[in-house]
Amino acid sequence: MSGALVLIQSCTVDMIRIKCPYCGERDHSEFTYGGDASIKYPALDAPESEWTKAIFFRENIRGMQKETWHHTNGCRLWLEVERSTITHEIKSVKACHPQIEKITKSKS
Amino acid sequence: MTSVRKEKYGKINRGKVLGFTWDNKEYFGYEGDSLASALLANNINIVGRSFKYHRPRGVMSCGVEESGALVTIGSGSKIDPNVRATTQELYSGLNAKGQNAFPSVNFDFGGVNNYLGRFFAAGFYYKTFMGLPPFEWGKGTGIWMVFEKIIRKAAGMGKASREPDPDSYEHANDFCDVLVVGSGPAGIAAAQEVANKNLDVILIEQDSLLGGNSLSKKEFDATLLHNELKSSGVRVMSRTTAFGVYDNTVVGALERVTDHLPNPDVKLPRQRFWTIRAKHIILASGALERHVAFNNNDVPGAMTVNASRQYLNRYGVLTGNNIVISTNNDSVYQTAVELHEAGSKVTILDSRENINHDLPKEINLHLNTLPFNINGRKKIDGIDVCKTKDLSKKNTIICDQVLISGGWSPIVNLISHRGIKPVWNQENLCFTPGDIKENISVVGSAKGIWNERDCVESGLIGANEAMNTLGIHKKEISFPSAGGWSNPIEPLFEVKSNKFPSKSFVDFQHDVTAEDVRLAHREGFISVEHLKRYTTLGMANDQGKMGNIIGLSLMAEQLDKTIPEVGTTVFRPPYTPVPIGALTGRNVGKHFRPLRVTPMHQWNIDHGAKMIEVGLYQRPWYYPKKNETLSDSYIRETTIVRKTVGICDVTSLGKIAIQGPDATEFVNRIYTNLFAKLPIGKARYGIMLRDDGIVMDDGTSWRLGENEYFMTTSTAAAAKVMSWLEELLQTRWTDLKVNVTSVSEQWAGAAIAGPKSRDVLNECVLDPSEITKENLPFMGILQTKLKDDTPCRIVRISFSGELAYEMYIESDYAHGMMDILWQSAQKYDGCLYGLEALGALRVEKGHVTAAELDGRVTIDDAGLGKMASTKKSYIGSAMRKRGVLIADDREMLVGFFPINEKETFNAGTIVCEKNNIQGSGIGRITSVTHSPELGHWIGIGFVKGGLEKWKEITLVGADPVRNKQMEIKVVSPHMIDPEGKRMYA
Ligand SMILES: [Zn+2]
Repeated sequence: MSGALVLIQSCTVDMIRIKCPYCGERDHSEFTYGGDASIKYPALDAPESEWTKAIFFRENIRGMQKETWHHTNGCRLWLEVERSTITHEIKSVKACHPQIEKITKSKS
Repeated sequence: MTSVRKEKYGKINRGKVLGFTWDNKEYFGYEGDSLASALLANNINIVGRSFKYHRPRGVMSCGVEESGALVTIGSGSKIDPNVRATTQELYSGLNAKGQNAFPSVNFDFGGVNNYLGRFFAAGFYYKTFMGLPPFEWGKGTGIWMVFEKIIRKAAGMGKASREPDPDSYEHANDFCDVLVVGSGPAGIAAAQEVANKNLDVILIEQDSLLGGNSLSKKEFDATLLHNELKSSGVRVMSRTTAFGVYDNTVVGALERVTDHLPNPDVKLPRQRFWTIRAKHIILASGALERHVAFNNNDVPGAMTVNASRQYLNRYGVLTGNNIVISTNNDSVYQTAVELHEAGSKVTILDSRENINHDLPKEINLHLNTLPFNINGRKKIDGIDVCKTKDLSKKNTIICDQVLISGGWSPIVNLISHRGIKPVWNQENLCFTPGDIKENISVVGSAKGIWNERDCVESGLIGANEAMNTLGIHKKEISFPSAGGWSNPIEPLFEVKSNKFPSKSFVDFQHDVTAEDVRLAHREGFISVEHLKRYTTLGMANDQGKMGNIIGLSLMAEQLDKTIPEVGTTVFRPPYTPVPIGALTGRNVGKHFRPLRVTPMHQWNIDHGAKMIEVGLYQRPWYYPKKNETLSDSYIRETTIVRKTVGICDVTSLGKIAIQGPDATEFVNRIYTNLFAKLPIGKARYGIMLRDDGIVMDDGTSWRLGENEYFMTTSTAAAAKVMSWLEELLQTRWTDLKVNVTSVSEQWAGAAIAGPKSRDVLNECVLDPSEITKENLPFMGILQTKLKDDTPCRIVRISFSGELAYEMYIESDYAHGMMDILWQSAQKYDGCLYGLEALGALRVEKGHVTAAELDGRVTIDDAGLGKMASTKKSYIGSAMRKRGVLIADDREMLVGFFPINEKETFNAGTIVCEKNNIQGSGIGRITSVTHSPELGHWIGIGFVKGGLEKWKEITLVGADPVRNKQMEIKVVSPHMIDPEGKRMYA
């Protein structure tokens, strides 16, 4: 949804800033929310019951939650963000890919 | 009341006279006037008509809380209704009108509503909806329809323009260490103190002048203050309202850039919508003086006490000749003396028993005295007063103005936006901010601190708190306590009338009376949130700045509770109204969203294309010849493609480069069909599912090398698929060595379709021997060169069902490619075809697109079940066979024909059984076209149970939106060349 529509509907302003480990601190409008980062997706050949649990059964956390954000209009890293669902306070941000530092460094 | 301009008073510039228009008559004011002060200086006292009863209203305050002087400014597309005359700066040529009145605010036919009061009491709308005696005969919405039009016209605010807003607006961002809201004594002290420590400070003030309530003092120089602040490094933003405080110490602010200018520079926006991110916020937003509810407390000439002082000392306007001041607190005494010195006769009614003030002997002070009723309708003739202990003991005082002070309410709105509930302070009879755990300080009278010395002190302490946050130092923080009057305030919210129905207004803007609040209580609306919605108390555009506390006290009295027990309603942004134009900023018209064009955009236009928006893309829609209509054109284009050859821009398809040692494994996991054994030099059509087993997208992947693939996606899902592949590689399959890169912008593409396409291609490439049936079979790919030596990629693939190819070239060479292709195609009487013909061709073949793959469809529903491999696991394979997705009555892809071949149908048509036309039927038509080859309209879509169940049965296509029904039959979706002879030719 366009930023303007969000503003009209809620008279609210961009208040989340995410410190991307690659790009630095940016407005959340550059990012796309992914989902619950704590989910471990089963193997592709895992039974339907395991997949059902992973896809449909979600916590509705009040407080700090681990979630994924995609730096869509930036470096395109998927990030794991610890964010308070009450205050929007962000406790930590890191790349989802565990070896990302190694990979990006070996490039340069 | 008689209001006059006073010599030697005010901070206006008498050297600059400004002409303005009020209700089509011309008047004069001075630079520095507000519209309200200029109207008062011209002795114009009726400036509005009230919302429901159309009672005459005058200027009641001097600021944003104004409830009476709501006017309409400008005309035509520049019209701006509900402007508070008290905050509108006067400029030369300003054109203002009264609103909610016919023919004028001075003489208004709607005034008759005043005598129909009982029908307009609280809950009128709700009761009329439900059927109210004596109107039982017309119960419910029927009668509502009758009255709605009349009432809407009679009750209301000003009218907005129906034309597009010609002004421009901007969004802007800023950052600072400390943001101070408000420039009264507390805010100024805070800003200067922090700036002295070399911190980056922004000070926001909604007024054009700095000073806050200091502006009501006779000796005060706002310009001097402004310069002092600037030289100490404070960034001052005047004419800017902080309308909301959000998470992470973010403030939303609206700057009025040109609203005060007669002929603004067209390059300037009218307003700026600011997002300001501070490390610490200091709220010095001040307090507002309250009214008191008593009978006829809204007659023009009734005003808050401090407003009158502002008009005198800021604008040089003495608002009354013979003034009665009614109070329950000490704040009015300085004003009384100043009004007396300016030449008015002043009488004070104080509800308290004992007070200690030195007053000039000419000022009459009546203790233990309450205002009871204002006499007069369009102007004040006098006031009936009574004794605190005995309401029946009445006495009339002749006067032309009544100034009222029922105490002061700190502006706790902004801090309440943070979810911090205000706390009732019984000693000072006001709500003060609750405990704050964030990096926000509230200082000055916003904290309930009344005397100036303590306000300054609190500002300094707020500054210290900010410096604690910023780590400059670590100091113990202790604010001065609230209050500061020498004689304590005593409760005075309402003086009950013995008349019924009385017109003791609580919320002036929405005409909510004390009686309405009691009615709400009798009818069971006792929670403050219910009270608010039932009576609309506090729901006008002042959002209860004047009336809320009175309303709460009345409800508390009815419930026999205290005000803190009753609680207050939740304050939400914005503090003052924010125009929709400012919220949208520059995102209007062409800039509403970005526009994407393909590299051959200009080429398409030069060759006569009519364009259409597809998502963000501009794509060729059809290429009309002479006077051809859309339908003439696409039928011709479709026919030519099937007969000879056509060329179509397909650049908007998503293109992704997939590279790395695990590329094959990756591609094999994301598609439902087998890719592991795809040889180099071949492409394959593939379907991607979501985790839950529903189809996400379809497209092709070409194996260019051992570890390299070129993927195409649908136009609609291009961005989604790219993010999805990145998500999989970065979060789930982090062990796979694969890199994905979007190359959608790098490659331009064209489809060459039709029986002559091979001949056309042969003429276009450098080495014609390459384009043979054997060398480039169906789904074969070729990396080669065009005859002008530019490299290109060709795949033999068909969306149209004909012998067809897609050719891709680096975007910079798109025009050259199109020139070469088109030159050749013309020799075979070929055509250029657009999206409409593309759609017709694919519907004839039963090929699905985003219209069909709408997020509810499984691979089996789409008739593509044979593409789901049973030999491997892939995304969605575990879930696609879950119960609901394999039920017998799933809607399956089918084709539709009209029974009467002359009839046409539309996408969105609901498919029903003949004798059961209701609800969502048994299916839907998703795409339609005229088929030149079949000679009638055809469609594809879905029907429960699919072709087998409904073959040979006449069904009904119901199109309730267009009020149409027709007989249809279900056919195979593959309506032309089902064996694919042409495609494989
Ligand atoms: Zn980034």
